[in-house]
Amino acid sequence: MDEILEILEKDARTTPKEIAKMTGKKESVVKQKILEYEKKGIILKYRAVLNEEAIKDKNFNEVRALIEVSISPERGVGFDKVAERIYSFSEVKSCYLLSGGYDLLLIVTGKNINCVGNFVAEKLSTIDHVRGTQTHFILKKYKQSGDIFYTRKKDKRLAISL
Amino acid sequence: MKKDISKKIESLKPSGIREFFDLVIGMDDVISLGVGEPDFVTPWNIIESAIYSFENGYTSYTSNKGLFELRYAISEDIQKKYGVKYNPDTEILITVGVSEAMDLVMRSMLNDGDEVLIHEPCYVSYAPTVSMAGGKVKRINTTLENNFKVMPEDVRKSLSKKTKLFLLNYPCNPTGTSYSKGELSKIAGEIKKSDIIVVSDEIYGGLTYDYTHTPMFTFPGMKERTVYMNGFSKVHAMTGWRIGYTCGPEWIISAMNKIHQYTILCAPITGQIASIEAIKRGSEAVNEMKKAYKRRRNFIVSGLNELGLKCHLPEGAFYSFPSIKKTGMDSKTFSNALLKSEKVAVVPGTAFGENSEGFVRMCYATNIKNIKEALFRIKRFLKSSR
Repeated sequence: MDEILEILEKDARTTPKEIAKMTGKKESVVKQKILEYEKKGIILKYRAVLNEEAIKDKNFNEVRALIEVSISPERGVGFDKVAERIYSFSEVKSCYLLSGGYDLLLIVTGKNINCVGNFVAEKLSTIDHVRGTQTHFILKKYKQSGDIFYTRKKDKRLAISL
Repeated sequence: MKKDISKKIESLKPSGIREFFDLVIGMDDVISLGVGEPDFVTPWNIIESAIYSFENGYTSYTSNKGLFELRYAISEDIQKKYGVKYNPDTEILITVGVSEAMDLVMRSMLNDGDEVLIHEPCYVSYAPTVSMAGGKVKRINTTLENNFKVMPEDVRKSLSKKTKLFLLNYPCNPTGTSYSKGELSKIAGEIKKSDIIVVSDEIYGGLTYDYTHTPMFTFPGMKERTVYMNGFSKVHAMTGWRIGYTCGPEWIISAMNKIHQYTILCAPITGQIASIEAIKRGSEAVNEMKKAYKRRRNFIVSGLNELGLKCHLPEGAFYSFPSIKKTGMDSKTFSNALLKSEKVAVVPGTAFGENSEGFVRMCYATNIKNIKEALFRIKRFLKSSR
């Protein structure tokens, strides 16, 4: 992977000037490259990684569930058409097609357990081609995309050593 | 009682920057560019292998030379990378870091008055280790103009009948300077013309950024004249485990092992087991860390040069070594003032030899955010002290 992408994936707020310094490339070259990645859809968007559990806002409630979905593929379009019907719901935050015992893995959010339950019962299960679902509520997020959410480790080194 | 300490130890100079250390350690919220070790914690697979070894009761001594499996893994690794074969039975010794190996080689090789060539600026322990073993230090001064490299003619000119060892460290702490294959081959050429042994401290060899690191023993005729030193501390982020190793001719290694068996017995078993994991399954983590160091190096060096603190591009390790001469301050005053006014810790160059006045060592084994903030504070400091 291009170094520019690696750096942005770790910290999207790194400026082109800083990336240029880190990689030894010219700032204008870095800017141009980033623009190309954005145009090609390789960089989709830039956003902050939130630790929702640390948000101390009374009005903020969210539960998340992993849902395994078994579907029967449709003639001609395979899984894609059914998947589209499912991931188009705003409650579905992520959707993957998997090999193995079931077909789709969803990450679904809702204000509380009932909301997620209703979504599964009323929307998801009633879709043609959906043969079955298994819902797992997420109790705690330890790590996501390489970021550890729980422990903030302090630097344990001596401030000076030779 | 008469408090009579050995003359050798009494005459060792205490570190000139002790007070500075104490000052740093007493302060909070310091951004430290003053460390000599990775900011990464040892990769988890290595830590986990150590935990597993505890669970299985591996808490004993090992053979003096170290676990055979580790020596064998080192031998294989060297052969795979460089095509040179070290016999794990007779030519490899596991030590408590390179520091121990350095002490062993000096005590094994030196008679009173024998000379050891050392290039300065260099790591703080070299000269004391030589003097403690009864040797005499002969210094080769390296300069910013030559990117702190030892020139082959420097070696030639410094050799005398009394010279027994040449201590070479690359990539170098504190300068980060290293050598290409061509440059090393010229130095090796000078050594082969004489009767000296090279003690080659290559602990940072795995952290070389712009070309492949070439060990001294790879040059024709050099294996029998080289005592190679390496370890897991820097490359695998394992400083606290204290595992180093040394490879060399059997007659030297067995002499070193004589001292080692009476003074250390063996390196800690847990660290040795963890090091086996590091060799066998550590390279991916090393590559990730190397990438991070390289970016930080480029970032800090370009930042320092922008601030007018002239700095060469170090080819390895994780140190930059900028000149602070334009501030008019000496390196101790600069470091003290920077710490007090901006809470940025750096190490005065004079810790690494008298010819390093006018320089400071800034370690970039810290995240980019800290480096950015440190550069910002240094900029403010330079403005206010103008």
